[in-house]
Amino acid sequence: MTAPTTAPPMIKMAGVDKFFGPLHVLKNVNLEVPKGQVVVVLGPSGSGKSTLCRTINRLEPIDSGTIEVDGQPLPAEGKELARLRADVGMVFQSFNLFAHKSIVDNVLLAPVKVRKVPQNEALEHATELLERVGIANQAGKYPAQLSGGQQQRAAIARALAMRPKVMLFDEPTSALDPEMVQEVLDVMTTLAKEGMTMLVVTHEMGFARKAADRVIFMADGEIVEDSTPKEFFSAPKSNRAKDFLGKILTH
Amino acid sequence: MSLLSTYSGLFLSAFATTLKLFAFSAVGSLLLGTILAMMRVSPVPVFRAAGATYVTLVRNTPLTLVFFFFTFAYPLLKILKLDYEQGAIVALTLYTSAFICEVVRSGINTVPVGQAEASRALGLTFTQMLGSVVLPQAMRSVVPPLVSTLIALLKNTTVSAGFSVGDAGAIQSTLSEEGANMLVGLSWVAFFFVVLVLPLTFLQRSLEKRWSVAR
Ligand SMILES: Nc1ncnc2c1ncn2[C@@H]1O[C@H](COP(=O)(O)OP(=O)(O)O)[C@@H](O)[C@H]1O
Ligand SMILES: [Mg+2]
Repeated sequence: MTAPTTAPPMIKMAGVDKFFGPLHVLKNVNLEVPKGQVVVVLGPSGSGKSTLCRTINRLEPIDSGTIEVDGQPLPAEGKELARLRADVGMVFQSFNLFAHKSIVDNVLLAPVKVRKVPQNEALEHATELLERVGIANQAGKYPAQLSGGQQQRAAIARALAMRPKVMLFDEPTSALDPEMVQEVLDVMTTLAKEGMTMLVVTHEMGFARKAADRVIFMADGEIVEDSTPKEFFSAPKSNRAKDFLGKILTH
Repeated sequence: MSLLSTYSGLFLSAFATTLKLFAFSAVGSLLLGTILAMMRVSPVPVFRAAGATYVTLVRNTPLTLVFFFFTFAYPLLKILKLDYEQGAIVALTLYTSAFICEVVRSGINTVPVGQAEASRALGLTFTQMLGSVVLPQAMRSVVPPLVSTLIALLKNTTVSAGFSVGDAGAIQSTLSEEGANMLVGLSWVAFFFVVLVLPLTFLQRSLEKRWSVAR
């Protein structure tokens, strides 16, 4: 929000279409996320939120349109794409921690392998990050030995270890038991306050209200609304958004 | 026991040769088989096709035929001269690697795709992802079939005896030439094979135990 107008947006999607076979999952998506902005993506299940998130680091290739990250168009498969992905942190619904590695080794792996950071330096940073997300005392354990909330916080630390320019979250709390949701949201809220550019797919309306600068509402592969949290929750424009909010808020 | 002491020299050198054949081809086929498996899951179509062709070809060829090739056909190509023992090691390695490839590939298929996605999202290249994340987990899930393939390799080394290599499979011909008691002689051969297989079984158990804790 505060970025100077001359700087390129952190994420820029223009005319993006994506098909799964005959299924048109992203329909002419246009989206610009300036540096430092926190965007929450809302929408019913199957509306294309995950796909949108995954096209930004090309985990899903697109069929037409362009995507740029920090002014750089997404490269095709290969070393250059790997380099770009290193700058884009991603947190998955199912954590996806490396099952055969301890928590600290999960956090160390990419900085050492991809960024070639010296082991001791990477270890120092990893320890610092684990402290920040509140699980420094779990560093030596394996993912399966941790609770869901701890695993997701470890996954956030793993992504942050690459010092990413932008973080993508795809329903980071949807696989968690209710009592663990808040500990993960707290870490994300802190991150948002520190100025990280974030795109967050979530159903947590509290987080959207409190931490988001902007809310995007998707339905059937289209961005239907694009507004501030306050506007969206108090006065949704489209019927689909009203319908969606009605269902969510009665629960 | 008297047969064993009479022929102790023969047994020792024969089983030493068997062990040598086994050790070299085990290491060779584990390496080659893993590389083939990596080719078979590679995003590059040419690698996938080459890996698949190799496996189809070699897995459907009898081992003796592979040996015949290295004894009689390969020398005509005049590339690199191999003695009988080296030829046997190459034949065993090429043959076994096709099976190792399929075992490793089935292991790769047991690793959840989220593991690969997380690696890619962090900026790991395809080979880094396989080497640091996918293969270590794949190997853990296929220890039993991997060890079975190695046990089959150990027994397959005896085919070398038919191609002028003095391994354990060649013991019987010497014994029968010299009119020794075949029942006793062959029982000893079988016994020593069991002795050689035991450490492999033990290795399998300890690896399974060690890696079951980690997940
Ligand atoms: N890999 C895939 N292959 C085929 N269809 C898919 C795949 N991934 C998602 N879809 C379909 O695309 C649509 C959008 O999915 P998704 O982006 O996961 O939605 P959301 O995250 O909003 O629930 C859904 O209809 C889903 O079934
Ligand atoms: Mg989704």
